Amino acid sequence: MLSATTDRPFRLDLAIFPIILALGFFAGLIEAGRSPDPAMVIQAETFMACMLAIGTFYLVHYGDGLPVEERTGYMTGVVKAGVVASMFWGIAGMLVGVVIALQLSFPHWFYFPDLGWTNFGRLRPLHTSAVIFAFGGNVLIATSYYVVQRTCKARLFGGSLPWFVFWGYNTFIVLAGTGYLLGVTEGREYAEPEWYADLWLTIVWVGYLVTFLGTIIKRKEPHIYVANWFYLAFIATIAVLHIVNNLSMPVSLLSTKSVALFSGVQDALTQWWYGHNAVGFFLTAGFLGIMYYFIPRRAERPVYSYRLSIVHFWTLIFIYIWAGPHHLLYTALPDWAQTLGMTFSVILWMPSWGGMINGLMTLSGAWDKLRTDPVLRMLVVSVAFYGMATFEGPVMSVRSVNALSHYTNWTIGHVHSGALGWVGYVSFGALYCLVPWLWNKKKLYSNSLVEWHFWISTLGIVLYITSMWVAGIMQGLMWRAYNDFGFLEYSFVETVEAMHPYYIIRALGGLMYLGGVLIMAYNLWRTARSGESAVSAQTVVAPQAALGAAQ
Amino acid sequence: MNHGFFERNSLVLLIGILIVVAIGGAVEIAPLFWVNGTVEKVSGMRPYTPLELEGRNIYIREGCYVCHSQMIRSLRDEVERYGHYSLAAESMYDHPFQWGSERTGPDLARVGGKYSDEWQRAHLTDPRSVVPESIMPPYAFLEKTPLNYRDIADLMRANKAVGVPYTKEEIDAAIADLNAQADPNADGVDDFHKRYPKAQTRDFDGNPNQITEADALIAYLQMLGTLVDFKTYHADAPENRR
Repeated sequence: MLSATTDRPFRLDLAIFPIILALGFFAGLIEAGRSPDPAMVIQAETFMACMLAIGTFYLVHYGDGLPVEERTGYMTGVVKAGVVASMFWGIAGMLVGVVIALQLSFPHWFYFPDLGWTNFGRLRPLHTSAVIFAFGGNVLIATSYYVVQRTCKARLFGGSLPWFVFWGYNTFIVLAGTGYLLGVTEGREYAEPEWYADLWLTIVWVGYLVTFLGTIIKRKEPHIYVANWFYLAFIATIAVLHIVNNLSMPVSLLSTKSVALFSGVQDALTQWWYGHNAVGFFLTAGFLGIMYYFIPRRAERPVYSYRLSIVHFWTLIFIYIWAGPHHLLYTALPDWAQTLGMTFSVILWMPSWGGMINGLMTLSGAWDKLRTDPVLRMLVVSVAFYGMATFEGPVMSVRSVNALSHYTNWTIGHVHSGALGWVGYVSFGALYCLVPWLWNKKKLYSNSLVEWHFWISTLGIVLYITSMWVAGIMQGLMWRAYNDFGFLEYSFVETVEAMHPYYIIRALGGLMYLGGVLIMAYNLWRTARSGESAVSAQTVVAPQAALGAAQ
Repeated sequence: MNHGFFERNSLVLLIGILIVVAIGGAVEIAPLFWVNGTVEKVSGMRPYTPLELEGRNIYIREGCYVCHSQMIRSLRDEVERYGHYSLAAESMYDHPFQWGSERTGPDLARVGGKYSDEWQRAHLTDPRSVVPESIMPPYAFLEKTPLNYRDIADLMRANKAVGVPYTKEEIDAAIADLNAQADPNADGVDDFHKRYPKAQTRDFDGNPNQITEADALIAYLQMLGTLVDFKTYHADAPENRR
């Protein structure tokens, strides 16, 4: 490919990223060589291996000159990689979820006294991070990179930067996940990765913002499409949340351990400001971006209401931020902050349902497709679950309800109706759309496998959330039950015992959901590997909705 | 107002987003740092001893917070089950806080002194040996693993940097104090008690030959919720109304 080399234009990014990777490698080398902390040595070696792997990728990918797609057309390679990574992490994360559900159901069988790293306390953060940040994060990176290019009619900005973001983000995932198993954690839910992983993520996330915003800036459409507003809000706000919530003082530069900047009540509210908005911006705003692109395109209908999109967007992002204190009702957090949190949580119901209505009503005139297109059905059911979870949330944030529901399995059920129903299904719908588009196929390998996936996982969700509702409400009622003499009726361990059947039903529900995802992985793999090629898939342009909404 | 302005100017859109999302957090979080009475004035609170601090790190490392809360809410049944509702002051030296969000297991905010060291040991080693219905993981390895406390002084220094009032004397004596708390016959016990009044001093893991991770974790568990003197705390006093 000598000719390719000679006409290769100079690309700054191809000079910068190898240097960053080399610096990362040497930082790892220093940590691995100097740190007396065995966990840090393993983390550093893992990081070095990742740097080497990314460097190898750069060599292979750019060694023969620029790939065609980086000179003309859209960048699809990185989107494909994101799809594959999403499926991998989705299966891994859900598998860990099933394992920890079984641990709570059958502690005699699923705990191993000599393998401390397999205990629930270390696997649970692995599960939450793997499904939220690894699965969800890769879905968001892949879909946002796809959507922003199509709706802006522009190639991704930054040369190889999108690839750096993809690999860098997955390096963060590997670092965080292996860290949890080693017992490396900051000890705050959904923000467990330690200081050096946080620093690395900050670098990667700035890169993500640059690629995304840069692509919008160089767009060839006059208007920025609504899906991109949501993606941009997600990327920008997560950056703010991540940085503020992870402010901490490392014990030493050679130690995995750090000490949080804030303490007690201030730390609690900062953490739940972060935690609730990880839901609000990572798991909601980002995935609403998916909804606003994939549903109109799949249904071949414009977004229901442009005005509702605007109201939905600004009210949602404004109000979400306030809702954090509902995680701290009746605690040592001052009452005024609790009341603010509860009030805004109830108000939040409205913009959430505005979004749901905008998504559902986009099917106006196309409802019949729900019968024939299981992918569209999955997308629409995801929005229905979104509506359900965003109604349940405000209810649970009312003080008197929260007095019962807090600390119980009801919270777990609520989270999973949002996670499995909304985030999971909207992601699956998007991935089912993306694979034929990206691999240039006429259609999916099998629609009936999508049907199987849909029904098995829907049944799984129903088992999961109903068992956790019953378990949670029962738990709450047992904790506060008094006998005729005015004493507490139940000891704590009696409430643990009462959970047993529900834990088993929950594990079964989770297993079914995982089974559905395995069917999906097979279907997508067969679609990509075989199937009839679509000649003109590349000519598909931004959906009509883009124009409809922009007018 | 014409929304097209935001839709045509990406930087305006970005700045608009940042302003809109900054408001809620700023209004709710910032006042917690300066509004008087956010953290109650109580007597008895002290920073963790070196051994307790190491124990707390093990608590965090093992992810105990994913199943155990350390926050008793001001509800009748919780107060009767677990003790006085938790005060903000009780976690003022907790970097990070460990209030938790789930009670797969019971609240631990006031578990200190509720069970003997022997019970704690047996329970950690094999939870189902003392509570047959328990679904807690076994932590038998804790009492077999020597506590690694070579960076205890750095750990205290980092805590000091973020506001925990450790003195230079306390940091210099960290290792001696750690040893003294786990060995009631050690030379430095009197000095240790001067620095950390009313701290519990004994061989927590029942193995006098070495200081293990079980020593540290049990020392931490046994002091949880025991510091504040509730005889001098009046919930109804105006300064404690929040």
